[in-house]
Parts: sequence; structure tokens; C-alpha cells
Amino acid sequence: MADITSTSAVRDRRETWLEQVPPAYWVLGIILLVIPAFVSPFFMFQIMGWTFILGIISLSLMFLGGYGGMVSLAQMAFAGFAGYMVAIFGDSAITNISQGWPWWLVIPLALLITVIFATAVGWLAVRTEGIYTIMITLAIAAAFFYFTRQNYEIFNGFQGFNSVLPPMLFGVDWRGPYAFYYLTLFWAVAGYAAVLYISRAPFGLALQGVRDNPRRMAALGYNVTAHRVAAYAFAGFLAGIGGILLTWQSSQISPGTVGIAPAIDILVIAVIGGLRHPIGPFIGALIYVILKTFAVDILIALGLAGERFQLVIGIGFLAIVFFSPDGILGLWEKFRASRNRDPLTGQERGDNPL
Amino acid sequence: MSVASVMSGHAANTSQGTAGYALELRDVSKKFGALEALGGINMSVRPGERRAVLGSNGAGKTTLFNCVTGDFAPTTGAIRFFGEDITSFPAQERIRRGLRRTYQISLLFNGLTVFDNVYLACRGVSRGRFSFLRPGRGDALVQTAEELVEMVNLQDVRTTLVSDLSYGQQRQLEIAMALSGAPRFILFDEPAAGLSPTERAELVNILTGLPGHVGYIIIEHDMDVALRVSDMVTMMHNGRIFKEGKPAEIEEDPEVQALYLGGGHD
Repeated sequence: MADITSTSAVRDRRETWLEQVPPAYWVLGIILLVIPAFVSPFFMFQIMGWTFILGIISLSLMFLGGYGGMVSLAQMAFAGFAGYMVAIFGDSAITNISQGWPWWLVIPLALLITVIFATAVGWLAVRTEGIYTIMITLAIAAAFFYFTRQNYEIFNGFQGFNSVLPPMLFGVDWRGPYAFYYLTLFWAVAGYAAVLYISRAPFGLALQGVRDNPRRMAALGYNVTAHRVAAYAFAGFLAGIGGILLTWQSSQISPGTVGIAPAIDILVIAVIGGLRHPIGPFIGALIYVILKTFAVDILIALGLAGERFQLVIGIGFLAIVFFSPDGILGLWEKFRASRNRDPLTGQERGDNPL
Repeated sequence: MSVASVMSGHAANTSQGTAGYALELRDVSKKFGALEALGGINMSVRPGERRAVLGSNGAGKTTLFNCVTGDFAPTTGAIRFFGEDITSFPAQERIRRGLRRTYQISLLFNGLTVFDNVYLACRGVSRGRFSFLRPGRGDALVQTAEELVEMVNLQDVRTTLVSDLSYGQQRQLEIAMALSGAPRFILFDEPAAGLSPTERAELVNILTGLPGHVGYIIIEHDMDVALRVSDMVTMMHNGRIFKEGKPAEIEEDPEVQALYLGGGHD
């Protein structure tokens, strides 16, 4: 793991940020930018758009779990909450509830209220650790799901809101497959870069310190509780962005979006990809989306019942967790380590066995 | 790089409150159920004083440290730090007033590098703990952390994960973290435990090279180290202080020899 100044203090010449970007990132960036020229609108909108959205929401969990050691099952609730706020304050087909306020007011307001909600949940959750954090956040997610389903005055109950669309900014229909692809790509890259950057900023480092040893962090002068709550606030912001995009993609938000199953799916995505690095959630999201989209067809082609597609996802999840608890990223690291090891001596190549 | 030169640059507030005692404990006791780990401890340590606290296992030395740093709340009594009553203060408030400690068992951040550990220690007593902006190359805390890493001879492993360090290197890192910020008083909990003879000699150099205004209490089972780096010695037994004096007096004391140095069998 690189330390806070590994790219600056130990080098004689300070590289520009462009020079610091690894070549693999350039290749991936070019592929992502030009891929719309080679694939169908369905792939752009449904596969890639959904991957980026679920990746952003899972990224918020990776930030809490990977850097803060706090596994939250409330991230989908935060995302759905932001989607609901956009529907309630903005435009939807439910005109008796939706306020119809302009987008430039609705989006910041939705994110602000979501951050407040996430902060309140964090304030409760940080009093617990381990399995109890999972339980309390699951309880909050379940409570939010049942509340939205039963409340008709604000959340419109079981039906929720439909026709929640992105604004026609710059004359572009942002729900068109190509525009939506680039919109989600932009926020996915922004979220990824922000998490990566913050992980080496004082706040991110302190969060990792809290994960490793909260008692020592308090002994160094840090307010451990405040750091954990602030992490929830930031993760809520990320999840909120994902939630708004998710609402625009499906053009609706309903209790089904924030149910228990979607909440657990976010955890599955993060674990499949790996919690060690911000790229993990996006890898996990791509695998999840491909499985969820094509598993039915594969099962039917094999002569099996298509509705059992969740079984395929579950088996995939079990296999990955069994062979690599650190997800796909863990498998990749094992592969790299094995390539770097001498098959005869078992030593790292370049190491002197003596 | 000398210890004093590194620390002189960040000791601006050391002159304040030096009148009176750096650390005062009045009738401090700590009970765990029926067990009295500390009983009626009275101790006064002057600013800049270096004191060793000795005693057998279970004498209450580490419990005493935990009460001073705020890890444990004392059952009774009061603790004053440079004249201020800190008995009810949380641990982080005591640290911000210049109190530091090392731990008997290394409590480091295993998932972070050596430099990151020291940087976190420096940042903990400064502003910007919640900063989302990475520090630049010229950041004063980055420079201080670099100097501290160099001071404890860990510059060759500055980017190594703490989990990959040897035990001796982890103890050295503990020292660097305790010296971060602007410490006015440090509690060293068995800093020489597990160190090689060479590393112990280096430790003695670091402790004796601390600036004169920085006082400390050291818990140490290695009598050679403890008596060389201290001006005063406090002997503890069964949670109580039973002897105080200069190192030479303690070394010659027959009661101490009987209880701790094994001379009672002669």
C-alpha cells in the first residue's frame, strides 16, 4: 500500500497528476470512452449504465467497510432515499405529491437530506461493531422499506413514483442510452477518483487507523466516533448520487427499490468485487449485472427454470467467497503473487533465499 | 539526526504551565470489582523530570498509565496535568494537552505504512484531522513525520506495512509516534521489551537525547535501562507505592532488593 507521500516526497521531481495515472487506467479510459461506437444501446443503457450505478452504491459500502471496517446494509436505503427526494421535490407522474421544483434545487437538496439521513443512521450504527453493525443497519433498511410501503402521504405507498426523469440539460435527453451511459460513467469515475484520493488524505488515513485500532486512534487525539459518523455521511453522499441515477434509469422509485433483497445485493456486489480497493465494487457490479441479465437465458437454454436465476448468482457468490474471501481483487492478487514466485523454491523472484 | 533537534521545532507551547508539577496524582485508586488494582496513589512529577516506575508483574504500573491517559477512569482520586484537572477528560483531550504514551503491546495500524503511522500521530494533535485534501510535499507535518521516521532509524522501511515489521522495529515506531506533535510528558510502557542489545542501546540514546523540557515516566523491567534513563524511581507493589528515591538509593535499598532485585535471598 502506498503511503501518503509515496508519489511526492520520495521523488526528486514532482510528477504531474497526468504522469501519475498508470497506463492501465489510460487503456481502460479509452475503451470506456469509445465503447458506445461498438455496442448496442441496450448494452450501453442496461448493462453499463446499471453497472456504474450499482458500482457507485457499492462503492459507498466499500468506503465504509474497506477503509472504516464498518459493514452497512443501509446503503441501498440511502440511495433509495435520495431517489425518493428527487421524486418528491421534483417532477413525477404523482402530481399531488411531487412539488415540481427546478432540478438545480432538487438535486442538491435531495443529496443534502440524504447526507443528514446517513449521518443520523451512522450516529446510531457506530455505537455497535461487527455483526451488530450489520444487524442495526439491516433493521434500518427494513424499517425504511416498510415505512415507504405504508406511507401514502409522502412516499405514495406501494406504488411509489413513476415518470421521474433527468432534466433536459443543454438540450440533451439524458435518459437516452448514449447520454445516460456517459452520465453514469462520469459519476462512476468521479466517485472512484474521490474515494481513491480521500483514502490517502488525512480523513481517509484516519479512517483506516480507526479500522485497525480505534483505541490507539483515540490515544493519538482523534475523535473516533466523529470520524466514523463522518464516514457514514460521505458514504451517504455517494449512495445518494447512485440512487438518483438509479431512479432516472428506471424512471421510477418504489419500495421494491429499497427492499431487503436489494440491500443485500449491494453487499454481495461489494464482496464479489473486493473491499480492498475502490475498483472492486465496479468489478462486482459488472459480474452481478451480467449474471442478473443473462442468467435467465442461460438457464432456459440449458432446459432449466428461468426463475431460478438468483440461484446462479448465489452459487457464483459462494464460489468467489470460498476461493477468495477478498473477492475478484483477492484472486487477482493471488495470481500476481503466484506469477512472481519461483515454482522451484517458492520464494519471491528477486529475493535471496539465503 | 538528534532527538532534541527534531523536537525543538514543534515545542512552542512547552513553556506554558511549567510552574508546579507536570503530573500530579492525588489518592488515585482503581478497582475492578473486588480487585483493587491501584490504591491511594500519590505522585508528583516535575516538568522535565524523568522517572522510572518499577515493580513486579501485577503491581499496577500499566493500570496507573491507563488512568493517566484516560483509558480507564479512576475509581477515586484526581489527576492534574500541568495544573489542570484532567480526571474527567476523554483520552483525546489529554493527548491534545501534550500527554503521550507508548503501549506494552504494540498498538499500531497494521494496514498502513510506517510513515502513515507516524503521520497519523502528528496529525492527531493538529488541525485538519477531517481534511479531505492530501498534504503537499512542503506540508510541515509531513516533514516532521519524515524526521521522526529518520530519528528512530526506520527510513529504510518507511513505505513498509507495519504488519511486515519486526517486533523491534514496531517498538521503534511506537517511540516515534510518542514523540510526535509537541509532547510535554510521555509515558513509556516497557519500551525495551523484546529489543536486541543494540536496539536497547539505541533506545537509551533516544531517551537521554530528549529535550530537557520533555518529562516522562518509564515502566521498564530492564533495570539497566530504567536506572540509566531516570532521575527518580518509584517502586510499586500490589497497587501501592512503597518507595521513592534516586536511582542509586533504590538500587541499594535492601527492601527493594528483597522484593524486586532478588537480594532478599542473600
